[in-house]
Amino acid sequence: MRAIVTVMPKQSVLDPQGVAVRDAMHHLGLENTGLVRVGKIMEIDLGASGPEIEGKLHEACRDLLSNPVIEDYRLELEP
Amino acid sequence: MRAAVLRFPGSNCDQDCHLALDFLGADVHYVWHKEESLDGFDLIVVPGGFSYGDYLRCGAIARFSPVMRAVVRAANEGRLVLGICNGFQILCEARLLPGALVRNRSLHFLCQDVHLRVETAATPFTRACTPGQVLKIPIAHGEGCYFADDATLDEIEANDQVLVRYCAPDGSLTDGANPNGSRRSIAGVCNRERNVFGLMPHPERACEPVLGGTDGRFLLRSLLESLPNPGIHAA
Amino acid sequence: MSADPAITPEAIARHGITPGEYSRIREILGRDPNFTELGIFSVMWSEHCSYKNSKPELRKFPTTGPGVLVKAGEENAGVIDIGDGWAVAFKMESHNHPSAVEPFQGAATGVGGIIRDIFTMGARPVFNLNSLRFGPIHGDGASVKNNRRLFAGVVAGIAHYGNCIGIPTIGGEIYFDESYEGNPLVNVFCLGVLRHEQIARGAAEGVGNPVFYVGAETGRDGLAGAAFASRELTEESKEDRPAVQVGDPFKEKLLLEACLELLATDAVAGIQDMGAAGLTCSTCETASRGGTGVEIDLALVPRREQAMTPYETMLSESQERMLIIVKKGREDVVRRIFEKWDLPYAEVGVVKDDGMMRVNDHGVTVAEIPAAKLADDAPIYHREAAPFVPPAPLDPATVAEIDPGVALPALLRHPSLASKNWVYRQYDHMVRLGSVVRPGSDAAVFLVREAGKFLAATSDCNALYCKLDPREGARIAVAEAARNLACSGAEPIAVTDNLNFGNPHKPENFGQLREAVEGLAEACRFFDTPVTGGNVSLYNESPAGAIDPTPTVGMVGIIREESHITTQYFKGAGDAVYLLGDPGSGLDASHYLKALHGRKEGLPPRLDFATEKRLHDTLRGLIRAGLIRSAHDCSEGGLALALAECCISGEAPWGADIDLGNIAGRADDILFNETQSRAVISVAADRAAAVETALTSAGQSFLRMGTTGGSDFRIRLAGRAWTWPLAGLREAWYGAISRLMEETNTQ
Repeated sequence: MRAIVTVMPKQSVLDPQGVAVRDAMHHLGLENTGLVRVGKIMEIDLGASGPEIEGKLHEACRDLLSNPVIEDYRLELEP
Repeated sequence: MRAAVLRFPGSNCDQDCHLALDFLGADVHYVWHKEESLDGFDLIVVPGGFSYGDYLRCGAIARFSPVMRAVVRAANEGRLVLGICNGFQILCEARLLPGALVRNRSLHFLCQDVHLRVETAATPFTRACTPGQVLKIPIAHGEGCYFADDATLDEIEANDQVLVRYCAPDGSLTDGANPNGSRRSIAGVCNRERNVFGLMPHPERACEPVLGGTDGRFLLRSLLESLPNPGIHAA
Repeated sequence: MSADPAITPEAIARHGITPGEYSRIREILGRDPNFTELGIFSVMWSEHCSYKNSKPELRKFPTTGPGVLVKAGEENAGVIDIGDGWAVAFKMESHNHPSAVEPFQGAATGVGGIIRDIFTMGARPVFNLNSLRFGPIHGDGASVKNNRRLFAGVVAGIAHYGNCIGIPTIGGEIYFDESYEGNPLVNVFCLGVLRHEQIARGAAEGVGNPVFYVGAETGRDGLAGAAFASRELTEESKEDRPAVQVGDPFKEKLLLEACLELLATDAVAGIQDMGAAGLTCSTCETASRGGTGVEIDLALVPRREQAMTPYETMLSESQERMLIIVKKGREDVVRRIFEKWDLPYAEVGVVKDDGMMRVNDHGVTVAEIPAAKLADDAPIYHREAAPFVPPAPLDPATVAEIDPGVALPALLRHPSLASKNWVYRQYDHMVRLGSVVRPGSDAAVFLVREAGKFLAATSDCNALYCKLDPREGARIAVAEAARNLACSGAEPIAVTDNLNFGNPHKPENFGQLREAVEGLAEACRFFDTPVTGGNVSLYNESPAGAIDPTPTVGMVGIIREESHITTQYFKGAGDAVYLLGDPGSGLDASHYLKALHGRKEGLPPRLDFATEKRLHDTLRGLIRAGLIRSAHDCSEGGLALALAECCISGEAPWGADIDLGNIAGRADDILFNETQSRAVISVAADRAAAVETALTSAGQSFLRMGTTGGSDFRIRLAGRAWTWPLAGLREAWYGAISRLMEETNTQ
């Protein structure tokens, strides 16, 4: 099983990287660019599958892969 | 009194912390990140650096190290824990302190002197200071923008947990004096029990006249005065 | 086994090997090389590794002296005695081409490489410097935007690597000029400290000793980077991106600590970093130095990518790797230490007595080359050098005077002369608690606590002078470095250099190289500062042509006592301000002429060694006698710029009232000429008489110019006067680069 974890800054957290990207987009002629948020995607080869692993995976997402104080995560599983 | 300076593989302010504490008369020892016990230490310093490379988030991986389990135990026992820079990030990741540190507003790493206003002297970390006192101490970080949601900020302010804020040389809180965009200009906070303190600035870098300042001694001396048998050198 | 490509004339040419060099390879092997061997020769015989175009010139440098413990070229870096059983190892190296293609990683891995060079010597790295050159960053054209991107990326890359590993970057220099457009220069410097008895050698000694590979796993990154660095950059260079390595400062920190811990155990017979040409260079060089052979098996090399061919494995420039020759029977020490630091390690081979570099893959020999011939017998070329043609002196009548009231702030705003705080604030310049004089004064001063020594370090090169007169420009580069150290209270001990030039096949470029090397050599002899090593970077060209010749000088000095540490900025009001040296004249090759008139012309100022030396000795004498409060080198921008910097570069600005009397001549000439051998000092009022007596008895020419104080910088000259409020001057100078980088990028 493979997990795709997307980690994004929470809406309330200032994302200076996103602001910088938005400004650069404007500079490139894409003047209508609105909000940009920069996060990260992790591809994780789990080597095994099952409900127990899925539970542990959510735990890892909360404790390790994201920091709930500043980030949200989305977990997708691929067989 | 015995102080431990933790050493993660990527710690790089460990020697500086050791030197500054030693200079002030503490009995300082290094403790490797794979150690599981911190018995016998009255003070635990989590120094600056890049703990485990910090590729995921600053301090995220350090939190799971064996020695950090011992730090949590020590904190719960009421012993003093000080996190500086990366150490502050680690203590936040470990949930020993509220909030988190995110990328500087400018997106640049910043190494420079800043001014800090001491908000309260009612902690073991600031007892040698007076409230409102302005200290000049350097920062050196890329991710030092303090973030917590409004409710948390209100709560820690109500509990007098904000110990230092970035300020102008005259002590006023201005946006220009906030180097990294920290919410409410917060540079350092303690826990509710007041025995765990984290701050982004580096007091250990401001302890000798030859390095351009000694204001860091106010913070480190506070600590040593709070502990048994301080044996402090006359500063 | 994958089938290797055939050795065709095209394949040979693609490896940058000439037909003549190919015959020599055949002679050495007694047969045709296979594809792996061809690759090995191509990297070892590239300019980057062999110095085949520059070696005859480099032999002109003075490399010996009473303090030299390890000479240039013997090992990865030279080692110089600093007293009490302590020594320093330092060196400068370029990463120009990788930085042009990928500025962040190019610069970062440059820093990683130079740090490895230093700890390979057994020294603990204590600080870094860098010397950078970019195309212009002000304006709005596409190339200017690209220059800003390169500048921002390089600075971020240096910061990333140095900050993570915890070695402070405490100084350097940065200039902006059209000639570096598309071909920036990234020269990085590292200094380490060690006990005399800790000097480690890069020789494969002791037949039968095991050869260990330690550090990061090998991947395909940076394949043949050394060969890449030895070519001109073209439009296609962007396609060469895989040749740029990716650095991991965290891994290097582990490697550094593990290697120093291991070197302290006496289990090591030899150690060599894998930098340019990676496994190839480290195996054949250690064997050559040891007069031995080395046999390794690639199947044992830790790899992070699948199905790598022997060719790829041998030529990879993956970072953060070392080759260690371990004393037989002490293998467990290596295992224990590298396991403690969680680093990969593997025993990959053994030292032999047959002088061969033998590479096996699962026991099958894939390359077999006499090591010494590969490492040391690269062909040497004596390139054609175009004779130096002195430039015509500037005709001042063709230069319209710009009112100094306007010219001074304009110069202070020019990115080459403006404050570099936007840059050095991104570098952790305070870690390790030694930065006594932080970036922004003439030289950085660092307290090396282990040794209880104050070291001063600077890097200098005025490439405009070097373009117009390479020999004089190079002499001045050394003199200016020594002057910066003297102003800081230091006595110079040694020099490292980085020779950045264009394609040596063009006689004009090679002529510049020869002139500059001879100029450096003369000056290093005169100032008694041996060259401890350095780096040559040729082929610095972009489609627009060669860069201005840039022989960067890194110089290190010792300050005897803490009380001698002197900075450039004024310290208070009421101090007397003196010019040491002559007001001079001539706007040739000045920054005033270049920055404000757009002209790179004229005959650069002349340097007189004896006058220069007298200035340095006088400065140190005054400093040691405790007579002066500040000392600042007078260089680019001339007297007016030096005075302005004295006023505004300190933490607290101090005004000055300067009266130059009735010096004859044009105001712009008097204020902005770059006459050599000058410094501006400030002296407490009650010491002025003593200082004047000392200057007179030393035969040092001087001029009392005025007094510090007030909130303005004022100059009076021949009935004219200019007044600049300090706040405006400081803002022009302090915020210039930040405004260009932050505001223009986000508008």
